[in-house]
Amino acid sequence: MDYVFLWRPVMEALPQLLLAALVTIEVAVISMAIGMVFAFILFFGRSSKSWVLRLASNVWIEVARNTPALFQLFFFKFGLGAIGIIIDSYITVVMALAFNTAGYMAETFRGGFKAVPSSQLNSARSLGMTFPQAQCYVVIPQVLRAVWHPMTNQFIWVMLLTSLGMLVGLRELSGETQFLNSRTFRTFEFFAVTALIYYCIAKLMLLLFRMLGWRLFRGG
Amino acid sequence: MAIDVFSALKPQDLLFLGEAALRTLEISVTAIAIGSFFGVIFGWGMAAGNRLITFIINAILDIFRSVPLIIQLILFDSFISILGYPAPAFVSGTIVLSVYTSALVANVARGGIEAVPVGLRKASRSLGLTYWQDMFYVVWPVGLRAVFPSWVGVALSVVKDSALVSVIGYVELLKASQILITRTQDTFLILTIAGLFYFALSYPISKISEKIEKRWHE
Repeated sequence: MDYVFLWRPVMEALPQLLLAALVTIEVAVISMAIGMVFAFILFFGRSSKSWVLRLASNVWIEVARNTPALFQLFFFKFGLGAIGIIIDSYITVVMALAFNTAGYMAETFRGGFKAVPSSQLNSARSLGMTFPQAQCYVVIPQVLRAVWHPMTNQFIWVMLLTSLGMLVGLRELSGETQFLNSRTFRTFEFFAVTALIYYCIAKLMLLLFRMLGWRLFRGG
Repeated sequence: MAIDVFSALKPQDLLFLGEAALRTLEISVTAIAIGSFFGVIFGWGMAAGNRLITFIINAILDIFRSVPLIIQLILFDSFISILGYPAPAFVSGTIVLSVYTSALVANVARGGIEAVPVGLRKASRSLGLTYWQDMFYVVWPVGLRAVFPSWVGVALSVVKDSALVSVIGYVELLKASQILITRTQDTFLILTIAGLFYFALSYPISKISEKIEKRWHE
């Protein structure tokens, strides 16, 4: 092996990489938040009385779950581009990941809502709460507790998926690494450090979610 | 000069897409087979080993679940080039996908082994079965039932994740559709064809697996 490892270019670029890691976290958090909101809408849409809403929700969920995330990203990027809607790659990635998350989480919520007995909703309603109130204050907090673990996994999954941004020109952690790599060609060194940063982010997020879960649901 | 105003897509382009779809199947089936084999071994190691072995296997496999697959692919591809053994994209793609699959399957397999009631295993051992007989005739069939749907889920996610192997130059379905889009500008049609292929593969299998799961739990 006559390859000489050169870590200096990476170390010099470390501040840029860490800043890009913040973009990764930001994209992940925003996509997850939007995805969760749509997941609730899809869940209720699925059991709606209107067949149009039911169909639309089901199509969304099944497409999100049965096609590659990269395909979904390409659809938002090139598909919308083809009909003249050209959007920033940051927004494209957020849209695609939120679309994907919504589909997966809607399915997870189905299990979560099943875990809350219907007497809970009925009791809350009989205490005079409106339907939205009963959902927000009584049912959904319990659903969140039931799905907290799969939700944590989904969030880490979304964080890892932000790396697809590299393929549509977003300068998050992977995109930034690719960019810096194209100037120095220390591919292995750059991506090794990036892999390490991803690993640390994943563990940090896991820890944060555990602590948050413990804080929110203790005594349960 | 005949200009087709409707579409620049030619019959041979569809053939090109079809071949790419076969390549997607080829690499994912290979990776699922190899990855499941090793995944079951790792899962068994975690379920049967002592705490230290379990911790080590889990910590190593966890790395592959905590780093984006794209990064793993690029890293491995550049690493073997550094070592002086550059491999074709299919080979390095298959290796990375298989390792990734085995990391996912290991957890599933471990769950399957632990789903078998301890009493059942003690009963089979006290009937005179050896450890391996107990593993093959008792644990395998019972555990498989418990986690078969999860395994199907992993396998389907590997098919979808195989789209990422395009970053190291393997022309699978999604990459092929991107190439065609660049040439023909027929974005919607081509993307829809590609998407339909994945959907037509993944949707029925996941629904059938759900049905089987329900029947087994009745």
